[in-house]
Amino acid sequence: MADIKVSNLNLWYGDFQALINVNAYFTQKQITAMIGPSGCGKSTLLRVFNRMNDLIEGVRVSGEVLIDTQNIISEETDLVSLRKKVGMVFQRPNPFPLSIYENIAFGQRVHAEGLTKFKLDEIVRDSLQSVLLWDELKDKLNKSALTLSLEQKQRLCIARLIAVKPDILLMDEPCSTLDPQGTSRIEELMRELKNNYTIIIVTHNMQQAARVSDETGFMLLGELVEFGKTQDIFTNPKDKRTEDYITGRYG
Amino acid sequence: MRKFKEFIIEKLILICGLASIFFVILIFLFLTKEGLAVFKSVTPANFILGKSWYPISEPAQLGILPLILGSLMVTLGAAIISIPIGVACAVYIAEIAPLKIKEILKAGIELLAAIPSVVLGFIGMVTLVPWVKSTFHLPTGLTALSGSIILAFMAMPTIVSVAEDALYSVPKSYKEGAFALGATHWQTIYRVLLPAASSGIVAAVMLGIGRVIGETMAVMMITGNAAVIPQSILVPVRTLTATIAAEMGEAVVGSEHYFALFAIGIVLFIMSFIINVTADLFLHKRR
Repeated sequence: MADIKVSNLNLWYGDFQALINVNAYFTQKQITAMIGPSGCGKSTLLRVFNRMNDLIEGVRVSGEVLIDTQNIISEETDLVSLRKKVGMVFQRPNPFPLSIYENIAFGQRVHAEGLTKFKLDEIVRDSLQSVLLWDELKDKLNKSALTLSLEQKQRLCIARLIAVKPDILLMDEPCSTLDPQGTSRIEELMRELKNNYTIIIVTHNMQQAARVSDETGFMLLGELVEFGKTQDIFTNPKDKRTEDYITGRYG
Repeated sequence: MRKFKEFIIEKLILICGLASIFFVILIFLFLTKEGLAVFKSVTPANFILGKSWYPISEPAQLGILPLILGSLMVTLGAAIISIPIGVACAVYIAEIAPLKIKEILKAGIELLAAIPSVVLGFIGMVTLVPWVKSTFHLPTGLTALSGSIILAFMAMPTIVSVAEDALYSVPKSYKEGAFALGATHWQTIYRVLLPAASSGIVAAVMLGIGRVIGETMAVMMITGNAAVIPQSILVPVRTLTATIAAEMGEAVVGSEHYFALFAIGIVLFIMSFIINVTADLFLHKRR
């Protein structure tokens, strides 16, 4: 279990400042939604938490992001163990072009080499069960993961994360490529998962934020404008800009 | 009027397109017509499996097994050298090298491809051959090994550029996904990127080998050209290609020898056809 405490976080892409003095606290065992128009920095913020921004050249960060009392922004952070603890689900489901089994086993093969086949089978089964895919897929674990439907792929990607036993799940618009039924089933799954994980979801879809999250943050042009209980944000926003956004005046 | 112009241009393009196929068919027909004539004097089995190639003795002995084995040995040697280096080079260029080094390396690889084979053969003759001779204490450095090393240089540009292309076209999301699960760079490369690019890499290898098996000039200069069945990689060998190039000038038109050289052409044609089709199959599998 892990909370995330963000203090005075600034981030630049070259000369462009993408995050401006962000302060926030993400509570464990609940879902926090980040909303805001395109380019507001919500995905960038998410990618600070598992240091995925490191893949982009010319990124500079200042401030403090504490996960379990460790400042993950610092140079000494071990990225392998950070990313093991903080998993990410992407906008487009991105299963590897391997079998379903190998997709789930990937994390174990990377982090804990030399596991027995029996133990690995067990992890694969548990992970698939926790995303409710086991019954559908148990007979075709050796099939390529690329043959699955979009929703199944996204579930598989979540299962692949769960297999490495993270504390925090980052979800970057996980339903944006899914149809309404797929979306509602993934949301269902998120509610189930929040009992065991800290979940942060970035979404374009305000209704989705209202449906699934306990707390919501509204971002605009790199600033975290408002952060609080989801109900308050949607029924009684304090900031004029939040109100304009959720009532659809821009975005 | 405009319609007429369109019509003419369309037909012209059609003719150009058909011409290339037409010429291939023509070449193939000519090759078969001349080549198959050899089977009047020697059976196909004796031709392919015959152990001695004495085309101008009386009676002529037309067994090309030593030549086939020579070609295979040189090609195999070149493959063993060029595949690991070529694939590793492609991985380095596609994944690891900083932008500047990447540009320099790619230019270097293209330059390597641009060296005429006769120049490579010449360089091999004055540098590599003496080195092989003294390193392995051989009576001559003109061996299959020398040919393999030089041909590896010729296969490498193809292998590197096609394999690099295959690695580059692996979706970035795979890499992100692997990193997000805490995989290191190397784990990402060998567990995700290489399997994802595998069919393109196999195609790269096949195209590289295709280039090697058809290569003539360099091998003729440095493999020693002894038409005997090779017992090791450290003896002189003669390849199919070098045999045609060396002997076609002297063969009397219409003689058994002449027809036999054409038949060797057919064998080569079939070999590179199979290799190219395999490469093509893998390239299509990728799409």
